[in-house]
Amino acid sequence: MVEEKERLPREVVAMRVAKELPDGGFVNLGIGIPTLVSNFIPDGSVVFYHSESGVLNCGPLAEEDEQDIDLINAGGQFLQMVPGMAFFSTVDGFAMIRGGHVDVTVLGAHQVSATGDLANWMLPERGVGNIGGAMDLAAGAKQVIVAMEHTDRSDGPKVVEECSYPITGKGCVSLIVTDLAVMQPTPEGLVLKEVAPGWTVEEVQGLTGAKLIISPDIKEYEL
Amino acid sequence: MLQGKLYGSPQAAVADIQDGSTILVAGFAGYGVAERLLSALLEVGSKDLTLIYRDGPYSEIGSGPLPSIENLVSNGQVSKLISPIPYSPGGGGTIEECWQAGQLEIEIVPQGILVERLRAGGAGIGGVFLPTAVGTRFESGRERRTFPQGEAVLELPLKADYALIKVAVADTLGNSIYDGSSRNWAPVMAMAARITVAEAERIVEPGELDPEAIISPGIFVNRIVAAA
Repeated sequence: MVEEKERLPREVVAMRVAKELPDGGFVNLGIGIPTLVSNFIPDGSVVFYHSESGVLNCGPLAEEDEQDIDLINAGGQFLQMVPGMAFFSTVDGFAMIRGGHVDVTVLGAHQVSATGDLANWMLPERGVGNIGGAMDLAAGAKQVIVAMEHTDRSDGPKVVEECSYPITGKGCVSLIVTDLAVMQPTPEGLVLKEVAPGWTVEEVQGLTGAKLIISPDIKEYEL
Repeated sequence: MLQGKLYGSPQAAVADIQDGSTILVAGFAGYGVAERLLSALLEVGSKDLTLIYRDGPYSEIGSGPLPSIENLVSNGQVSKLISPIPYSPGGGGTIEECWQAGQLEIEIVPQGILVERLRAGGAGIGGVFLPTAVGTRFESGRERRTFPQGEAVLELPLKADYALIKVAVADTLGNSIYDGSSRNWAPVMAMAARITVAEAERIVEPGELDPEAIISPGIFVNRIVAAA
């Protein structure tokens, strides 16, 4: 029986991802840990959120008594109206994505491969799947960051040599941030750059399905 | 004599939808949906329908207004669904059950591909090369070509018999504007259908809307019904 070691909470994963967002950039956040990223934008930095629901410059969620059915984000949550917002149709929303106008997208994943293949839309044992707009984000955003748990519910690796689930995009992921590590897919293989406090490189490798190349300047998870 | 676009009831506006029709249903996460037109379609009872839409009701969030795609499926009116998110991610309900029982065909199309196929259909474009499906199962059977900016896959245009859309304000010529995020799929669906039916929160006389502000020009809107 392996001793249960503490992993980083979702909020810390989100905080680490927030450091990667360019000041003044256009960012699309997926559902799950990615949504939390907006809570941790560093002071003095500004990020403009793009939503497939047809809203640019999404602000905070609306209070319960101020909900407007004509003002939602991609997850169907109600938004506050903020100055500088813009509305657009789905055609324009996906032109922004596919046309390379969105700087960064942060997505969850079922699996990511060492070369940056992303699988996040279908678990074959569970119905037809929901592709949504993930495939367009993977193909079109300038940078794709994955934020997820390092392993699945049965502690199997989600970071793998080759995705076994149907992929969303090939070689599209530029950075993987998990509750154990920060990794970068490269043509040479998967580079381990940061490790969660209290964890060793060997322990992280033991829970990773792809061979890790240890970065020469590897460090502790940096917030 | 100008054929008026105003219809007295949602039922009248969808009464001629034949069995076997393909229908575009605008909406996003259950908002911006022409609920009264969908409700009328349940009453009219047209069968063997193909429905093209963004997503099923989001029962998890509890916000999806009824009636919905799911009601039409339950009512035995639907033979095929084309959608990037055919049913609620939290669990499929009737739609999933009918699909598993083989009573319903479901075609998953990535969202940005679906929207461009409709745009191509509406704009008279023979096909579009998109990078979206490259290297995925959605590429299967399609032509791939290499362009200076990278690889792309041929996607064919999609058109429909009807579009059911929700608009904030329409004038009696069909010129329409939307409210916030409820615009979503309506403009492109209005272009891609032979007959577009708009459920309007408000109907005004020509001249009351600023021509600069029109999102869907009346040429794309054939029928108008008051939402209230």
